[in-house]
Amino acid sequence: MNARKPYIRPMAGWWRRNPFFIEYMVHEGTAFFVLAYALELLAGLICLTQGEAAWNSYRAFVASAPVLIINLAIFAAMLYHGYTWFKIMPRTLPPMKAGGQKVAAATITAVGIAAAVGASALVFAVLWFMGRGL
Amino acid sequence: MMVDGKPALACKTFLRDYPEGVKIEALAHFPIERDLVVVMDSFIEKLASVKPYLIPKEAKSLQEGEYLQTPAEMDVYSQFAGCINCMLCYAACPQVGLNPDFIGPGAIALLQRYNLDSRDGGADERMALINSQVGVFNCTAVGYCSEVCPKMVDPANAVNINKMASARDFFFRFLPSPDQKGGCK
Repeated sequence: MNARKPYIRPMAGWWRRNPFFIEYMVHEGTAFFVLAYALELLAGLICLTQGEAAWNSYRAFVASAPVLIINLAIFAAMLYHGYTWFKIMPRTLPPMKAGGQKVAAATITAVGIAAAVGASALVFAVLWFMGRGL
Repeated sequence: MMVDGKPALACKTFLRDYPEGVKIEALAHFPIERDLVVVMDSFIEKLASVKPYLIPKEAKSLQEGEYLQTPAEMDVYSQFAGCINCMLCYAACPQVGLNPDFIGPGAIALLQRYNLDSRDGGADERMALINSQVGVFNCTAVGYCSEVCPKMVDPANAVNINKMASARDFFFRFLPSPDQKGGCK
């Protein structure tokens, strides 16, 4: 029989113990905004299948002031989510080399953000021209 | 130990940097034996569980000579060989605190050190542990382990690379292993 009785500290509220953990929880929390926007788009798709009246009411819904404000908040949360996602990207990739030198973490993050901005601009441009009927 | 709530090496912490005083605690996420002494038995068991030794793909007799390695091949794993087993990454990992059975960042960095070694052919043997309930998918990519690492080992990178290896092992097991190393040279 072992007489030792080591004390195991509780983990409740662990994420409040360190600013790093708070930042992590905020990052994870912004994923709910991504989910919210996905549901909003899904609702639009369902309305589209229900006919013109449903689609028009969906368009009126997303154009209303409260939904615009919510979407603005979602956009801000998604920007933060994207930024922190690319910030941790170097930790998730195998070490990369360019010209015999190890690619710096900051470079990987910068390239990731640039690619996301570029892809967003491309999608925006395509939708813009499609909207104008070109 | 924990210095003002953050994992740090006591030997690299100087009181002159804390003119207002400092709070020291036993290393987080380990059971406390007494005062600042923690029980590290589980950590030692986890280190042993990753088979931290060279497992050659094929046995080689003494007459055939030593296993050779180029500086470039050593460079591939040298970062992960820098670990000093200080356990700061365990104190930094909330998942270790929530699930003490998780083999944790340090042991997985050590596992990766041997998996990347050109002389080693034991990656398949270590895969079962990576895939297991106590394996890499306990990690939620907090990333604090690599922040506190005093030797720039980047254990978070070792864990996340092995998530990919685990996924590949699950979905594409029928394909030949991409890494045919560990043979005699």
